[in-house]
Amino acid sequence: MKELRLMKGNEAIAEAAIRIGVDGYFGYPITPQSEVLEHLMAEKPWEKTGMVVLQAESEVASINMVYGGAACGKKVMTTSSSPGFSLMQEGMSYIAGAELPCVVANVVRGGPGLGTIQPSQADYFQATKGGGHGDYKLITLAPSTVQEMYDFVGLSFELAFKYRNPAIILSDGLIGQMMEKVYLTEYKERWSDEYINKTFPWATTGRAADRGNSIITSLQLQADKQEEVNLRLQKKYREIEDNEVRYELINCEDADYYFIAYGSSARISQKAMELAAEEGIKVGLIRPITLWPFPTKIIRELGQKSKGVLSVEMSAGQMVEDVRLAIEGKVKVEHFGRFGGVIHSPAEILNALKTKIIGG
Amino acid sequence: MSEVRLEDIIKPENKVYSKTDLLTDTVMHYCPGCGHGTAHRIVAEVIEELGAQNNTVGIAPVGCSVLAYNYFNIDVQQAAHGRAPALATAVKRLMPDRLVFTYQGDGDLAAIGTGETIHACNRGENITIIFINNGIYGMTGGQMAPTTLPNMKSSTSPFGRDVEMMGNPLKITELLAQLPGTAYVTRQAVHTPAHVRRTKKAIRKAFDLQAKGAGTTFVEIVSNCNSGWKMTPVDANKWMEENMFPYYPLGDIKIPAE
Repeated sequence: MKELRLMKGNEAIAEAAIRIGVDGYFGYPITPQSEVLEHLMAEKPWEKTGMVVLQAESEVASINMVYGGAACGKKVMTTSSSPGFSLMQEGMSYIAGAELPCVVANVVRGGPGLGTIQPSQADYFQATKGGGHGDYKLITLAPSTVQEMYDFVGLSFELAFKYRNPAIILSDGLIGQMMEKVYLTEYKERWSDEYINKTFPWATTGRAADRGNSIITSLQLQADKQEEVNLRLQKKYREIEDNEVRYELINCEDADYYFIAYGSSARISQKAMELAAEEGIKVGLIRPITLWPFPTKIIRELGQKSKGVLSVEMSAGQMVEDVRLAIEGKVKVEHFGRFGGVIHSPAEILNALKTKIIGG
Repeated sequence: MSEVRLEDIIKPENKVYSKTDLLTDTVMHYCPGCGHGTAHRIVAEVIEELGAQNNTVGIAPVGCSVLAYNYFNIDVQQAAHGRAPALATAVKRLMPDRLVFTYQGDGDLAAIGTGETIHACNRGENITIIFINNGIYGMTGGQMAPTTLPNMKSSTSPFGRDVEMMGNPLKITELLAQLPGTAYVTRQAVHTPAHVRRTKKAIRKAFDLQAKGAGTTFVEIVSNCNSGWKMTPVDANKWMEENMFPYYPLGDIKIPAE
């Protein structure tokens, strides 16, 4: 029988890391995600699986520890919340440029600046459009349950190694802090040195005499060579866009309107959908699971044939730009969301549908 | 007297020096007279002597030695500016049996990377940090570094470093020696054969101590930057002896108890 446990979202990330055989976690405390590091330190995974856990001196250091570990072909990760994730952007750009696999979870809080410790979805642009300098993309997964916080750790590593690209779990303070039941998986062994050496010849495992020396760098001083690097990256990104789009459709069979919402907002929108149904308004929910690659195609297919689309996000309106690109002006698209740490209610979402889309 | 021909000279029995195979054949981009090439050679020779080519990971910085990975015939990671000790921390903790070292300049290590340097040393990360201090940002064209001497001219202190305005040069090596995490802290130079020998001994000692798990080992090499200092190589070495060494005295600062 599967092991079932009541856990916080942040604890689920930490527990998943131990059980799927992550090699190293490097993190720095910040509310509302500190339970990840706390859970790992309490569980002492170095005694169970040999996993390295280290509290770094800053988010700048922790992302660069992730860079060093990823360059060795190890499964390494960090987690943070918005201000800390901002500090990591230099490292993210280097990791993307050097084409290294790693996983970073951002348990988003309200901003800008020090902002608030309450939940927010206002880091959408930062996660899905690159975030640091240069043309790069991060595979971005948006969990909407504590179970998905757990499951997406493994999925993120799978995608990160498949494409040699960083993967982001874009969560928020609500899912990080709330407790739900989680089905846990069996403990998996960490990859052996032999497996890493055989499978990832690019990795700097210190075995230069066996296979010639490996170099991990994002530097290419010659402009035409750097353009070649960028063309290779863009080719990879198109491949990810073609193959890795994930989404969930709820009540979309004969909907007149659609909510587009991810993470916490998707759950609140689901309740708003029920309220709408009670009033005879047929609303479907398209829940993007990957925010990049964005489920443009399905939103286009369904949305263009609808009477209007409401993009719901705890922000001043970020994802709505991608929804509008998908709909191509064919039907009305509006954004609704409370922000700065305020969580919208189902009634507010329904009201926004009525005023901005149906009656707008 | 018979004519001396080249093929009479170039013979195996006349060979007195070979480049270690741990340096690649790539032509170095360093300026003629620069200490980096010599420092690279010493590091490569020590790794060869230890038979550690198949057991070593180096971390290159941002600065003049950013392309160090082109010259070492070992696995190398190229770090963001100042972050090399963070990378080395993870590499060593994930692969504790490997020899792990960073190679960093003064701007990288003592300005933008001060936090990473101090905390790696304070945790006693079992890595070796090789620190080239030439008192200037060479790669970017001779700007003021944290280690630029008082009144020393640079492109961002064109009238000399005014310590009232710009602060004093940072003796980060003495500072790091105060931390319980550092096992061996020394300051050397590479501008004469005698100093090259001493530096090689120091790097060997640092790597040996790392193999014993002693803690952080730190080798500063006070070096020149004739391009940035706007001097001939010979004058630069003389200026270094007369000005840099009094401020950054050579020798061991911290040695482990036997």
